[in-house]
Amino acid sequence: MFESKAGIFGIAGLGFFAFAFISNALVPIWMYKELPEQTVEEVVNARVLSSFGDLKQRYPEQFDKYFDAVDVDNCAEALRLGRQVYIGEGCWHCHSQFVRPVSNESRRFGPVSETWEYQNALQRPVMFGTRRVGPDLSREGGRRGSDWHAVHFFEPKIVSTDSPMPSYPWFFEGSPDKPNKRGLAMIIYIQWLGSWLDEYPYYEQLEADQEEL
Amino acid sequence: MSEGSSSPDFPQHDEIVNERLVRWYFYMALTFMLISMLGGLLMAAQLIHWNPLNGIEYLSAGRWRMVHTNAIAYGFLANSFLGVLHWVVPRLTLRPVLSNRLSYFIFFAWQFVVLSTAAGIIIGPSFQDQAWVAELSKSLNIAFSLGAQGLEWGETPFWIDPVAQLGLLLLAINFGSPIFQQKGPMYVTLWYFLAAFVWTFLTYGMGNFLPEYAVPGTSAGAIGGLFIHDLVGLFVTPLGWGMMYYFVPIILKRPIWSHGLSLVGFWGLAFFYPLQGIHHFLYTPIPMFLQYGAVISTIAVELVVMTVIINFIGTVWGATDIFKKNIPIRWFYAGMILYFVTCAQCALQVTMTFQKLIHFTDWVVGHAHLVMFGVFSMWIFGVMTYLFPRLLKREWYSNTLCEIHFWASFVGVIIMFLDLMFAGLFQGFYWASLQPWDVSVEVSQPFWVVRIFAGLTMFGGFLCFLYNLFMTMQSAESTETAPDLENKTAINYQVMDH
Repeated sequence: MFESKAGIFGIAGLGFFAFAFISNALVPIWMYKELPEQTVEEVVNARVLSSFGDLKQRYPEQFDKYFDAVDVDNCAEALRLGRQVYIGEGCWHCHSQFVRPVSNESRRFGPVSETWEYQNALQRPVMFGTRRVGPDLSREGGRRGSDWHAVHFFEPKIVSTDSPMPSYPWFFEGSPDKPNKRGLAMIIYIQWLGSWLDEYPYYEQLEADQEEL
Repeated sequence: MSEGSSSPDFPQHDEIVNERLVRWYFYMALTFMLISMLGGLLMAAQLIHWNPLNGIEYLSAGRWRMVHTNAIAYGFLANSFLGVLHWVVPRLTLRPVLSNRLSYFIFFAWQFVVLSTAAGIIIGPSFQDQAWVAELSKSLNIAFSLGAQGLEWGETPFWIDPVAQLGLLLLAINFGSPIFQQKGPMYVTLWYFLAAFVWTFLTYGMGNFLPEYAVPGTSAGAIGGLFIHDLVGLFVTPLGWGMMYYFVPIILKRPIWSHGLSLVGFWGLAFFYPLQGIHHFLYTPIPMFLQYGAVISTIAVELVVMTVIINFIGTVWGATDIFKKNIPIRWFYAGMILYFVTCAQCALQVTMTFQKLIHFTDWVVGHAHLVMFGVFSMWIFGVMTYLFPRLLKREWYSNTLCEIHFWASFVGVIIMFLDLMFAGLFQGFYWASLQPWDVSVEVSQPFWVVRIFAGLTMFGGFLCFLYNLFMTMQSAESTETAPDLENKTAINYQVMDH
């Protein structure tokens, strides 16, 4: 059995793989079957809609060029595109999207991540991430204004002097006050992250914590 | 198997091995190694503010970082392994692959897969804002990425996934055929290869379809963890060890030390390796008992793979003089020492205690380079150093350049690994101490500068290898084949018969 073709093909190849898949993949799927996946439209909340409206006020010409109105459908479309740009540009290789219960992370970023936060179509596949060159982004929404993000995407060093982040001038039509569709979508995607939590944003709380130290 | 060596109807090497395909696969592998290294250098330069190409869309460091990893996995490693399979499997089974035409089809299909992946990652995101993409995504509730998909090593754009999956099935059939036709017991190498064909096919399908189309959130994280881990453990590792079990005894002209240890190593890997994927996502919302299970099985596998290393040390014991003059064997054993370091490091870093500190840091990046370059790429360079003279029927143009290639790669990757390991410790402590984020970036700068020079050392060694290969190809073919360059199939049976 240990050196036969049937043993290696059937037991090692198929059998052990199946055992691992059942115990490591099907078990969590079964455990979370009570938490159905939400659609993108369902995760558009009042806060992200207000950020979406804020974009229309700041960049009226650009906004009207790419989106019809400030409503759930348009916002969902922007979120979908924003997430795809986030993936396509490799943002998730330098930014994580989960706060761990260790290393003082809940003091730096906000509450520890929980399963229900990830049960939606914008986390398929999940954007946990494995490396942080820049900070975690899962509680980034609402911490900074959309104009800060626009300038930061255009040229990170303008607002964050020593940042090694690449610049993304192709999110804009020549200058940081003219974001294109991808630029607007990216900003709204970042503003969405963490907007589903009760306490929001955490920025002031973090400053208070640091003064305490 | 012993009666084979003197049998008159013993098939000749040229009848069963398609040397042209071995060469083609190796040339493509080296091309993708070059592309991958350039991508790595670009990202390294970006981090230390030295990137002169910053702000050019198609040369964006973020996109090229994904080309860097994908070109290594699917361009360099997969192509090299395919070349090696075309050499090893027919010689071990004494049978040709199922179909020569199929072999050529797989070759071109695989180059299409790798090149389209690179093109998709580089160009795709620029066209993501087309209206029809938004329409499709909305109506089907599927994220249509024209560029990369959101899973490490599963970035392969969605429209290439089915082609790659088909290619993996066809190559399993093509190489599985001579293995299944062979009578009698299988040599260790074929255990690993046969299992790897099944595992690679299943792993690729699991990672490139389920988390994208079927499962969201935390469960997708569990599957994603299995995928990135299995790609190393069930695709690269078994093909790599299978390769070692073939080439080391051939070159040493000695049988493997212990058959029992070979069995322990294979079955230990087969059972424990698939169970560990979740250790990539410790302290996430994935259920804690699954995280603990992944940690325990990881520590278990590290103990099991030690038996394989012991087995190879036993094989070379008493003949270590060969390291001085035989460069391929030196590549192999240097890689095995680094494999030991990788595994010892892994057994520690996988624990919850270490993870608190080093997760998300450069420690992990150092570990990845140690295993992907320091072990498997070094083994492949060793195999290429051994096989190119046989494939081209001439000696290396310069033995010195072969030496430089070895030492630059070996020293370079050790410096990179140590440097990034320490960088990771600093980053972890700065984060935990709640210093402003920028401090952790600033403190990384000297480490990142050292890293790019370590990378340039490895790159320099690789350029020497390419130049050496080019000059070898220019030189005249030996009129008389040196005796040790003769490709006799019978040699397998002199050393593997125990």
